[in-house]
Amino acid sequence: MSHIQRFPSAAKAASTNPLKMSQPLGAALAYLGVDRCLPLFHGSQGCTAFGLVLLVRHFREAIPLQTTAMDQVSTILGGYDNLEQALRTIVERNKPAMIGVATTGVTETKGEDMAGQYTLFRQRNPGLADTALVFANTPDFAGGFEDGFAAAVTAMVDRLVEPSPVVVKSQINVLAGSHLSPGDVEELRDIIEGFGLSPIFLPDLSLSMVGRQPSDFTATSLGGVSVEQIRSMGASVATIVVGEHMRIAGNALELKTDVPSHFFSRLTGLEASDKLVRLLGEISGRPAPARLRRQRESLVDAMLDGHFFFSRKRIAVALEPDLLYTVTSFLADMGAEVIAAVSPTQSPVLERLTAATVMVGDHSDVETLARDADLIISNSHGRQGAARIGVPLHRMGLPLFDRLGAGLRVHVGYRGTRELLFEVGNLFLSREMDHDHHAPHGPAHGPGHGAEPHGEDAHGCGGGSCGCNAG
Amino acid sequence: MLQDKIQDVFNEPGCATNQTKSAKEKKKGCTKSLKPGAAAGGCAYDGAMIVLQPIADAAHLVHGPIACLGNSWDNRGSKSSGSQLYRTGFTTDLSELDVIGGGEKKLYRAIKEIVQQYDPPAVFVYQTCVPAMTGDDIAAVCKFASQKLGKPVIPVDAPGFVGSKNLGNKLAGEALLDHVIGTVEPDHTTPTDVCIIGEYNLAGELWLVKPLLDEIGIRLLSCISGDGRYQEVAQAHRARVTMMVCSQALVNVGRKMEERYGIPYFEGSFYGVSDMSDTLRTMTRMLVERGADKSLIDRAEGVIAREESRVWRRLEPYKPRFDGKRVLLFTGGVKSWSMVSALEGAGLTILGTSTKKSTPQDKERIKKMKGDEFHQWDDLKPRDIHKMLAESQADIMMSGGRSQFISLKAKVPWLDINQERHHAYAGYDGIVNLCEEIDKTLSNPIWRQVRLAAPWESAVSPALTAPTMAPTMAAE
Repeated sequence: MSHIQRFPSAAKAASTNPLKMSQPLGAALAYLGVDRCLPLFHGSQGCTAFGLVLLVRHFREAIPLQTTAMDQVSTILGGYDNLEQALRTIVERNKPAMIGVATTGVTETKGEDMAGQYTLFRQRNPGLADTALVFANTPDFAGGFEDGFAAAVTAMVDRLVEPSPVVVKSQINVLAGSHLSPGDVEELRDIIEGFGLSPIFLPDLSLSMVGRQPSDFTATSLGGVSVEQIRSMGASVATIVVGEHMRIAGNALELKTDVPSHFFSRLTGLEASDKLVRLLGEISGRPAPARLRRQRESLVDAMLDGHFFFSRKRIAVALEPDLLYTVTSFLADMGAEVIAAVSPTQSPVLERLTAATVMVGDHSDVETLARDADLIISNSHGRQGAARIGVPLHRMGLPLFDRLGAGLRVHVGYRGTRELLFEVGNLFLSREMDHDHHAPHGPAHGPGHGAEPHGEDAHGCGGGSCGCNAG
Repeated sequence: MLQDKIQDVFNEPGCATNQTKSAKEKKKGCTKSLKPGAAAGGCAYDGAMIVLQPIADAAHLVHGPIACLGNSWDNRGSKSSGSQLYRTGFTTDLSELDVIGGGEKKLYRAIKEIVQQYDPPAVFVYQTCVPAMTGDDIAAVCKFASQKLGKPVIPVDAPGFVGSKNLGNKLAGEALLDHVIGTVEPDHTTPTDVCIIGEYNLAGELWLVKPLLDEIGIRLLSCISGDGRYQEVAQAHRARVTMMVCSQALVNVGRKMEERYGIPYFEGSFYGVSDMSDTLRTMTRMLVERGADKSLIDRAEGVIAREESRVWRRLEPYKPRFDGKRVLLFTGGVKSWSMVSALEGAGLTILGTSTKKSTPQDKERIKKMKGDEFHQWDDLKPRDIHKMLAESQADIMMSGGRSQFISLKAKVPWLDINQERHHAYAGYDGIVNLCEEIDKTLSNPIWRQVRLAAPWESAVSPALTAPTMAPTMAAE
């Protein structure tokens, strides 16, 4: 359908204005969705400091994150002693329910045997058996943020979930990928509970990263899915797997517990939301609540009102793979044209993208590809390049350090889809309303902008749809 | 080689702390050993970037896996009046294959691409842990690239795991001494040329100071490295006097410039009224001692007198508003010191400060100035700070962004005075900015509201306990 153009990965030696973030950072975020958890990076202390600052800037929250503080000597001789000391210190000082360990480039280059270290630690520290421990291999030099998140979720499933002899009819699991914001998870809980089901989200950022007000100082995550809840996921009636990068964890969960899993490549868009609602109706045997029915109507209405402003708009999107898929699919649903989809890392989901150019790249590639775009959708790092080429930027993904409430935006379900439609649609609408009414209008929208600079005049307001003729 | 460098940096005669140590302690260096599971703070590479990245027209290339740059770029507030190239993040983004096969060729290709595409006056190449482990020789690659491409390509050998941010600052200084300073001659020199070391122009702070220098007739030949240009940094050896801001971090650079080029240095600060004035006085006095015209001193005194009277007049309105307000101040070392006197001048009460990064001499000085009642905390745990704030022992906390939530979650006003801040606090105008920010925060109406009990917390609704307003109105 679309001509997919891929740049050979070896074309550039210098990644310029990187879009990619490291695996351990993704793992840390996954661990932060577990109640009373302290994520621990097995590496030098700088790895932790950078990750911490990035998450603090995005969520505007205290981020618990510790380090094994590897130095040159321990790096060469092996990091077990540092790891053991760190785990003991953390248990002693902070008494977390779980410690989630993520390796880094330093420990992975050395080739630390994490499975062996886990066993050794448990043998040597029987007194600490009450603290759940999860280790994930997340080298900085392979994969990226999403892969690290996936590795941590898979590691939690492997280590904690147990098969159950009984099935709790109303309990349902949701493996929530890193492309779902805490606000998205909150919305999903609302939708699922509307069917009389009680969801267990792994991880559950909606309970931890939404602006909690602790009564006392805590050095661990406050809120999130509890370790006991994770253990009990084997008793659920079904598992909803959201996002390609959650597929491995979903398979692991199904294999371990026989709980059937249902895969969703996305939950944004009318059809995608319908699919979810249909499934929840089947599992629960209940009709869709009136609230959801009203939301669906409202979304349909928003699509009718809004499609004028999306049709044939040329948009470049640069996000983590599953969010990239979600957003480009939504834009395609609305009649917009994705001229470039840039992903920081490889992912099977890239094969399914609808875009003129699909590539693994960085923000400098977006700058090159988006020169005649109407809009760029990317994280806050995209603002420099967008300003240089004079194309507006709509911020999504992570990090969003120049916007408030980054973690609470909702883009799933009928209501979330409507929000996204309004956010993006309003950018186009305001541009059409603000344009110079004295300038001669260009010809009506052709399929492709040809040589028109930035498409400034090339919006289809001739039909009076945007109301600009009133000026 | 890197080890020799680190030993050299640790054995710093210009550092007062170092001078009080035994030979054995000296060898151990100034890096406190980090406790796994209870450590915080950046690594040496982070420290090196902080020092060098403000050199705005140079390209800064990080040789490492994505974590080192991908997680950290675009997060500092150092401003440039010209080139914005320093804000572009370059990394070799090492992959598994580079770890196995070595990343030297990729590094060379990356340097070449940058030179061809951006034509910067120089490229700084930062070593990180992973290629340091696999043995990539960045010094050799930089030398080769330098010859091939005809541009300075400077290796910055400060991989994260060698130590703290502070050590990284020093290693970055060494890179400048070895490869940059003294490589370019200025078009002309004047008897009032100065070099400022350790000022990063965060939030544009240097621009609050530079106009005063211009007015007095002092030429800022070179700033390391705020609003810096490569050529200017390379000319630093022709300065007549060097000023060290935040001295502990780059004391090696000041001292070695004295050793090599005979440039005297002094420690100064731009924070606080009296410190700012002292800095201008010392700078002009030293310039005159080295042959500048004596009238420089008079001009400086004129500027100082005018600015001081102006700043005190501008601070006057804050005094009644700040009366009785108590401040908790948490910053590293010297900087906080300069601020204390200015804040007290504006009527604030400083309860205490952290002295984690201060030297014993600093602490003695604080004790002398403030008496025994003033708190000096060496290692205050976040939990304890939270407790102090929650019990409203202070009205505002001033600290770096890392600890902001300790204060905000205790529902106590907080002000950022560290490297991510958005307001400039240096110079005379800066202190007024600071007081304005404190006042804005303290007087914000949210503090009363956010401390209100939730409807389900208070036993009786305030509406009902209020003097029966509703029934009265209904009766009317």
